Amino acid sequence: MSAPLIAPLIEAAGLSVAYRGEDGAPPLQALRAVSIAAEAGEVVGIVGESGCGKSTLAAALIGLLPGNAVVTAGTVRFRGTDFLALPEAGRRGLRGRHIAMAFQDPMTAFSPVLTIGTQLTDFQHHLAGQGRAARRARAGAMLARVGIADAARVLDHYPHELSGGMRQRAAIAAALLMTPEVLIADEPTTALDVTMEAQIIHLLRELRRDYHGAIIVVTHHLGVVGELCDRVHVLYAGEVVETALVDDLYHRPAHPYTRALIACDPAGLTGVTRPLPTIPGRVPELAPPPPGCAFAPRCTLATARCHIEAPPWVAVGPGQGARCHEARPRGCDPGGTDPKGADANGAIR
Amino acid sequence: MLSYAIRRVLLAFLILFVVMLAMYGMVFLVPGDPASVALGPRATPELKALLTARMGLDQPVAVQIWNFFRNAAAGDLGFDVWSRRPVLEVILEVFPRTLVLGLVALGWAVGLGVALGCLAVVWRGRPVDRLLGVLSVGMIAVPSFVVALYSLVIFSVWLGWLPAIGAGERGDFWGQARAVVLPAFAVGIGWVGYTARLVRAAMLEVMGASHIRTARAFGLPERIVVTKYALRVAIIPAIAIIAVGLGGILSSAVFVETVFSRPGIGTLITGAVQKRNYPVVMGTVLFMTAFYLLVVTLADLLIARLDPRVRDVLRG
Ligand SMILES: Nc1ncnc2c1ncn2[C@@H]1O[C@H](COP(=O)(O)OP(=O)(O)OP(=O)(O)O)[C@@H](O)[C@H]1O
Ligand SMILES: [Mg+2]
Repeated sequence: MSAPLIAPLIEAAGLSVAYRGEDGAPPLQALRAVSIAAEAGEVVGIVGESGCGKSTLAAALIGLLPGNAVVTAGTVRFRGTDFLALPEAGRRGLRGRHIAMAFQDPMTAFSPVLTIGTQLTDFQHHLAGQGRAARRARAGAMLARVGIADAARVLDHYPHELSGGMRQRAAIAAALLMTPEVLIADEPTTALDVTMEAQIIHLLRELRRDYHGAIIVVTHHLGVVGELCDRVHVLYAGEVVETALVDDLYHRPAHPYTRALIACDPAGLTGVTRPLPTIPGRVPELAPPPPGCAFAPRCTLATARCHIEAPPWVAVGPGQGARCHEARPRGCDPGGTDPKGADANGAIR
Repeated sequence: MLSYAIRRVLLAFLILFVVMLAMYGMVFLVPGDPASVALGPRATPELKALLTARMGLDQPVAVQIWNFFRNAAAGDLGFDVWSRRPVLEVILEVFPRTLVLGLVALGWAVGLGVALGCLAVVWRGRPVDRLLGVLSVGMIAVPSFVVALYSLVIFSVWLGWLPAIGAGERGDFWGQARAVVLPAFAVGIGWVGYTARLVRAAMLEVMGASHIRTARAFGLPERIVVTKYALRVAIIPAIAIIAVGLGGILSSAVFVETVFSRPGIGTLITGAVQKRNYPVVMGTVLFMTAFYLLVVTLADLLIARLDPRVRDVLRG
């Protein structure tokens, strides 16, 4: 993993999170030694199948893990300070203002009995100095900015009166209200149909042009990552199995799981294949996690060693690494791009 | 919303109609004919015939039922057999006392219950929460007339702080206020525990909802998360149950009014039953049924106002 010279804007370092089991059941290890980081101006993607711990990671980054979750190792740092060690009041001061989150499933993310306007006004409580009217006006302006026509009227609507796409836009608008340094979008397009998804991706791409904070996009959809992100962390069964710049990830994936994900991405398929390809097998149990490589049972390259010995982190190239026994550092790769250059250009094709 | 309101009111009238039919049927099930029951064992046949004619009991059943409904619709619930005053007048004379008792009891009980329920949620799992849990079960389990008897003995007889009987003189506000304290305490105490448990359960469910996590993710203070975002959702099922429970409040008022010899619907109906004063019994039951339906209907309309989702389902 690339070692940043200065402390990153936000990072999880060796973070392990477990959910306590009910009635003496063993704890479910949702995250194991996860390290990710995001810099200002950067869009970082976190991909993985359902249940691999994406939402848990997102919740940990904003310090809102559910009550039955325990951080067993590692830290979350915002501007170098240990976020999880802060008292609750300190964390609350950061939330919304410095780190904001657009939640998965905008259907239930807003209170059903308060209007969008009321909620977006409340969410700006950090600006207590301004009156409600001023904050409401800001909310209206932000709704207009995320592409909601008729924003003034939408303020008076209840969440269920909006379409899925509008709600998702409203959720993003809410997260942007305080121009936070870190914006976390958990599955921003999952609940939407293809047209809506394209619109939201378009919106996020526009946002990254004039927004200078870090954006962390959580998704199980590799296509979204390709459209939006500079850098990607692939999560599998609670572990980061591969980290790469988005170009490298698509063209030179180092982990068999990443390759399988790319092979299953409907957008990358040519011609009509039915049924859609899937990765055979299922995500492993995490209470407790299997010894050896968690992906081994589904992996076509797995050897006997993969089932017993946990794979090491292998740096395969600049800014790219994979947790795999079979991964090898790339030699002098003629097609390799300079990661710094790609970073600066935004690395979007 | 308007069409929902109209439908709701029509439904209330339908229920009232069925209740009235059932009540009328009851009159025929009572052993002996109403006239002899009203007049008692010493009635002469002439007197009985006279009363039967005056009560319209010599008419065909259909006509009797029609008259009953027509009179009830016009607010004529018949005459008190003993005092010969219109039943409605007798009821309206004491009803405000019961209404005040019920409202004061409901008010303090629900207010305190909601507050305790919220506290239990904020401190969930801590000793305070467990203590509140035990206390509220205790409060629900003790019958209101037992509370009434004990509070009467302690606060009126031993300590002499509050009046033991009556409802205070008309026009004497403080006298009336002092007289309502103990009865309202006795009637309401079960409801404190009940409301607290109800609100706690509803709140705990709501606190796990994702919109609460959203509110927290924006750093909203816990106080606002609980009182605005969670309570606003959790109170909706509580309102429905409290409205239905008003029936329970009114029936415990019957006992408590008797204990405190407090004029009201409770003392009226117990007295009327003892004296076989059927027009008063029937009129009171009918009146209270109508009142109860009114409250439940209003609660439904309030819920529709508070929950925009219900409002829209109704509109659509
Ligand atoms: N509150 C909880 N209590 C217990 N286990 C949980 C809890 N939340 C999540 N888990 C478990 O932790 C693991 C990771 O869940 P998480 O929600 O982080 O996955 P995800 O990648 O976001 O999935 P999805 O794509 O479905 O949103 C899953 O096995 C899930 O069952
Ligand atoms: Mg998730």
